[in-house]
Amino acid sequence: MRRKKRMQKAIYYIVVTAIGFLMVYPLLWMIMSSFKETNTIFVTAGSLIPDPFTIQNYITGWKGFAKITFGTFFKNSAIISVLATIGTVFSSSLVAFGLARCRFPGRKLLFVMVLLTMMVPAQVLMVPQYIWYHKLGWVGSYAPLIVPYCFAIQGFFVYMMYNFIGGIPRELDEAAKIDGCSYFGIYARIALPLMVPALVTSGIFSFIWRWDDFMSALLYINKAKDYPVCLALKLFTDPASTSDYGAMFAMSVLSILPVLLIFIFFQKYLVDGIATSGLKG
Amino acid sequence: MMKKIKSCLCRESVSGVIFSLPFIIGLVLFLIVPLGISLYYAFCEYNILSPAEFTGLDNFVTLFHDELFWKSLGVTVFYTVVSVPLKLVFALFVAMLFQKTTRAAGIYRAVYYLPSIIGGSVAVSVLWKRMFAVDGTINQILRGLGVQNTIAWLGDTRTAIWTLILLTVWQFGSSMLIFLSALKQIPASYYEASTVDGAGKANQFFRITLPLLTPTIFFNLVMQVINGLLAYTQCFIITNGKPMNSTLFYMVHMYNQTFVYYKAGYGAALAWMMILIVGAFTAILFLTKKKWVYDGGV
Repeated sequence: MRRKKRMQKAIYYIVVTAIGFLMVYPLLWMIMSSFKETNTIFVTAGSLIPDPFTIQNYITGWKGFAKITFGTFFKNSAIISVLATIGTVFSSSLVAFGLARCRFPGRKLLFVMVLLTMMVPAQVLMVPQYIWYHKLGWVGSYAPLIVPYCFAIQGFFVYMMYNFIGGIPRELDEAAKIDGCSYFGIYARIALPLMVPALVTSGIFSFIWRWDDFMSALLYINKAKDYPVCLALKLFTDPASTSDYGAMFAMSVLSILPVLLIFIFFQKYLVDGIATSGLKG
Repeated sequence: MMKKIKSCLCRESVSGVIFSLPFIIGLVLFLIVPLGISLYYAFCEYNILSPAEFTGLDNFVTLFHDELFWKSLGVTVFYTVVSVPLKLVFALFVAMLFQKTTRAAGIYRAVYYLPSIIGGSVAVSVLWKRMFAVDGTINQILRGLGVQNTIAWLGDTRTAIWTLILLTVWQFGSSMLIFLSALKQIPASYYEASTVDGAGKANQFFRITLPLLTPTIFFNLVMQVINGLLAYTQCFIITNGKPMNSTLFYMVHMYNQTFVYYKAGYGAALAWMMILIVGAFTAILFLTKKKWVYDGGV
């Protein structure tokens, strides 16, 4: 009996490990290939171990193209992602607090609209928004990549924070009110400090989404020196600009590094975010 | 005077409106206005640079005669109908594997979820393109296993779409996590009681687990179907519709019409058509909901 159980356990781990290996194999291959000598990558595509090990690909890749290094592209990506994330998190927390704690005419309708924005995906807005931003004169600037997010238009975040505030005891509000605190005071002094986990989760998702937002960058950014990493990487990997696969993989690895680090250090928040509100990864 | 304004601002209803102001402005400026404008342009000939010319239903007539519209719609629906069920079955299967919390489960869960978190990046699309290239990893591994003929995965109309489907199924991680949290909410007592009554593992799965999971399956299904219909970036980078439009996704067709051929009016019509299609798919799913989704709560 005991032996049978042990066998079962062994089979379980073998199966789970095998599938797990298949899952990460493509990534492993990319990371390992980036340390191979560039002309050996496809000759040795079947093997994972770089022999000899070299960081030359990172040095050549970092030089980028058109005399712009990847340092510039990373800086651009960081500016866009960080600003848009701060805007989203802050504005969403305001709206979520208003909807959760204040009664006012039109509240229900607004809440329905928040849910609706969750259902309208960004992709169908691609053409409509482009036409509109073109009229506003925003094409070619970072405005379409940052400004809209500062207005809580991602219902997911509002909804998640709304639920989170729902879990904060109302007695805290009441006590503060008796002490003469306004709603803005309650928001700033009570709700915000208690909402930190929800803010972190939203911030992580927002950052990852903005970092990977290839579509908007493609539509709105037209000068190479303004490219974020995702767009630069796409052009860098076009056959016309490079056939140096080593450098291409090296820069690919670097481009996912921030997301990878977030994944490693904030995994708990990511998992909670998905499990509780169905945020897609 | 200042005091009066201050006390007015502090009233509950006024505060509520002020808190909601960002969303109200954003909703109008970045959703309603663009949607409204594009609805108008859907009935115009418009190339963004010169003024629009109202042409009535012309764009929609063109659309119904547009071979590529039907082709891309067909490709997109095929892709969605194949990849979403595969993804969900896989997600549920793996979630079941991790149901028992062991020490290692956390690490495994992370490993399985990793592709989902980075899957949307350009890097992964670039990687995929290289993996399925004629001299890529997949062919090398196959050769190692003794398969002699090299397959041009991305160049063959029969296989190209499957590489994109595989990429989608590979990212089953977030569906898996949603299933996992739903599985944890099924009371253990249900299983204990049924074991006492002599139910086997298969019976338990089909009579307890699956019915209680139907609301979660439904949620995942709706989200994934919408995502599938609107898939874009991966196709754009990996195949860009090639070969012979066999992987031309609807969104890519819309992009090409608008930004490559500068037919923004027609692009707006395509966008609105997609809104209707997504709406129709969602409505159909909701109509079938009563038939198979258990809503008695756990």
